[in-house]
Amino acid sequence: MKILVCISSVPDTTSKISFTDSETVFNKAGLQFIIGPYDDYALARAVELKEQSGGTVTVLNVGTVETEPQIRKALAIGADDAIRVDAEPTDSYFVAEQIANIAKEGNYDLIMMGRETTDYNSGVVHGIVGEMLGIPSFSPVMELNIDGNQAKMTREIEGGKEKLEASLPLVLGCQEPIAEWKIPNMRGIMTARTKPLNVVAPSGDSLTSISAYSMPPAKGACKMIPAEDAGSLINLLRTEAKVL
Amino acid sequence: MATIAEKASISGGEFLIKETEASQIFIPEEFNEEQQMIADTCRDFLRTEVWPILDEIDYAKSPELISSLMDKAGELGLLGTAVPEEYGGFGMNFNTSMLVAEVLGNGHSFSVAQSAHTGIGTLPIVYYGNEEQKQKYLPKLSSGEWKAAYCLTEPDSGSDANSGKTKAELTADGKFYKINGQKMWITNGGFADLFIVFAKIDDDKNLTCFIVEKTFGGITMNEPEKKMGIKGSDTRQIFFNDCMVPAENMLSDRQNGFKIAVNILNIGRIKLGIAAVGGSKGIVNHATNYANERKQFGISIGRFGAIKHKLAEMATRIWVSESACYRAGQNIDDLIDVLKAEGLSDENAKLKALEQFAIECAILKVHGSEVLDYAADEGVQVYGGMGFSADAPMDRAYRDSRINRIFEGTNEINRLLIVDMMLKRAMKGELDLMGPATAVAKEIMSIPDFGALDNDTAFAAEKKVLQNLKKAALMIAGAAVQKFMMKLSHEQEILMNVADMIIEIYAAESALLRLEKLVGIRGKEAVSLQNDMVQVYLQEAVAKCNNAGREAIMSFAEGDELRVMLMGLKRFTKIEPMNTKDARRRIADAMLAEGKYIF
Repeated sequence: MKILVCISSVPDTTSKISFTDSETVFNKAGLQFIIGPYDDYALARAVELKEQSGGTVTVLNVGTVETEPQIRKALAIGADDAIRVDAEPTDSYFVAEQIANIAKEGNYDLIMMGRETTDYNSGVVHGIVGEMLGIPSFSPVMELNIDGNQAKMTREIEGGKEKLEASLPLVLGCQEPIAEWKIPNMRGIMTARTKPLNVVAPSGDSLTSISAYSMPPAKGACKMIPAEDAGSLINLLRTEAKVL
Repeated sequence: MATIAEKASISGGEFLIKETEASQIFIPEEFNEEQQMIADTCRDFLRTEVWPILDEIDYAKSPELISSLMDKAGELGLLGTAVPEEYGGFGMNFNTSMLVAEVLGNGHSFSVAQSAHTGIGTLPIVYYGNEEQKQKYLPKLSSGEWKAAYCLTEPDSGSDANSGKTKAELTADGKFYKINGQKMWITNGGFADLFIVFAKIDDDKNLTCFIVEKTFGGITMNEPEKKMGIKGSDTRQIFFNDCMVPAENMLSDRQNGFKIAVNILNIGRIKLGIAAVGGSKGIVNHATNYANERKQFGISIGRFGAIKHKLAEMATRIWVSESACYRAGQNIDDLIDVLKAEGLSDENAKLKALEQFAIECAILKVHGSEVLDYAADEGVQVYGGMGFSADAPMDRAYRDSRINRIFEGTNEINRLLIVDMMLKRAMKGELDLMGPATAVAKEIMSIPDFGALDNDTAFAAEKKVLQNLKKAALMIAGAAVQKFMMKLSHEQEILMNVADMIIEIYAAESALLRLEKLVGIRGKEAVSLQNDMVQVYLQEAVAKCNNAGREAIMSFAEGDELRVMLMGLKRFTKIEPMNTKDARRRIADAMLAEGKYIF
């Protein structure tokens, strides 16, 4: 089985976000970047599937050279080779287009990624890739088993879970607990540098450019109103919060 | 770039009489991507497997929990970093294994189990084992399939390790050594499969070392010791009753055991130093975060100068200790490379390099463990009442830190060793202390040097301060040697004073060199906080050296000699005043803004 795992490179989830150049540029200085946490789960499950039934795992990232530490970490975790599309991942459509182009050439059985990235959280790349390739896509997949040509999945839906089956090839957006998150071991880290990392040029142009960023408003103070004093709550909602 | 041979041109202890170029030292900012990934793996392991169950580890009823954590660490390869690849390890260089020790140093009882296994448990075989012994034991130890313990200390033989009473007697057929005796404070004792045991054959003067498998029989043990800290570390008294050890399990030669013990402890000391740095970083992270969250008088306590002082002081000492550890680690790596190029085997090159820097190893052990104790003590203080609660992290940090000043040679033993080794090397002609010491003795009798600083040299003023501190140490050590000659070893108080000066000099110089190198890489603006830390530390180092020097001089000099030496000390412990309060506030504010240690 051939698996393509798409990973994003995102700021560590505890990072303090700031902007420069009159709030038009995201300030990367001093930030630590990691593999998107949901992508990490997809990668972990892909590596498990490979260990169970053989095959290959190729990791794909759309990003500039700065993302290579995250790519090599994915190789250390167990991917066999890597492709980096040398471009800023400016918007979901552009990223999906790059993934679809690589996927068309590679003839993959599974294209896995996180349900969303944790920077811009659009959560639509898997869907667009599926459309572009004309194959089904599912998200968020919490459980995945492969039986021959069939994928058996559990997916989170509003208020419950859905069990479903579909034939390969598929595009999947994944989330925990699809696999146990993997820490790269020493052997993996030392072999990562010998695994191929191919850099390819992007195709097509980005459709968007960022004109400005803004931070969410600071959290206001919280007023506690005793439960028996509903009257003053309604009053405050009318006069102060002006939501009624 | 300096070549390895150029870089390795400094020998152990020589820092006291020789200048080091900033370009020659390694700084942790230079760790490459692969090394950082290794550090991340160690951090992720602690975060997912160890930190969530610290209480369970400390209060476990059986050693199985800590043993199973060792299995998991083994699966990740964390137990084989220093074992050569041909024996199932990863053959990493010394500074990479230091980095592993630093990160895992924040794992409390688990750290102790891990470092005992990988260090004193495994390294004797790495360095002294013959081919059969290495093939047989190292793959099992580096994978964690077997766990190791080190049996040196006995009830009546602690710091005086060579006085152990455990006996090994060759059986009549010459096939076995029968070991009888009692060992104590044996880390990992309860679950170890292999014991490195030191015993005396017949009436030998020196110890001999044996590799003892648990299954050889004749091994019994007490329940785990009840301890002040590192409660989850399984520490036992172990009894050997006619334990039959095959003769081929003698490690190295007869009576070579004490040497093995000493050399292995060298590694243990520098590793303890860097592990203490890792533990200290954990403490200051907690303390900084708490200082932001805890509000009194309507504001975060981190906004109070008294708290800022503590946070900045912790960070400064940690940064300094770290600088010194990786500087020495690289010295060791460089010398290993040179010795291997000269034809020495891997293990002999490593042993020789570690022996060469034994003085630095002892310095780092003392400095690191005292920084950790300082951080733990002030960490409790930042937490205030919560610091005294067993529900907050400072309780464990405080209790666990204390042992570090005791094991791997007490800090007192190590202080004595620092001076003793320096003097021995001087007497052997390996380290020219006499020349510089005589020059200093002359200098204090002459008119002080008012020469202007060379402004073309980076950090000229700071370097001058350090040169002078070295002169102060040489002046006092030289005078004490002249005064007491062979009886100097009876003057432990003076030796402690001199050791304190040497430790501060090495630490402060390492930090200054790291700063200078960083300025070259990142520019002065970007490292202004590191500059603050170095300047603050220099002020403290000068004050400490002045104090220790004064104590020493007053302990043996009288009359004119006393006055001349005190004046000399005053001359050599001068430093331009600065506003340390503002510098510490800048350091603390930057940490509080990020809620953690940021250097």
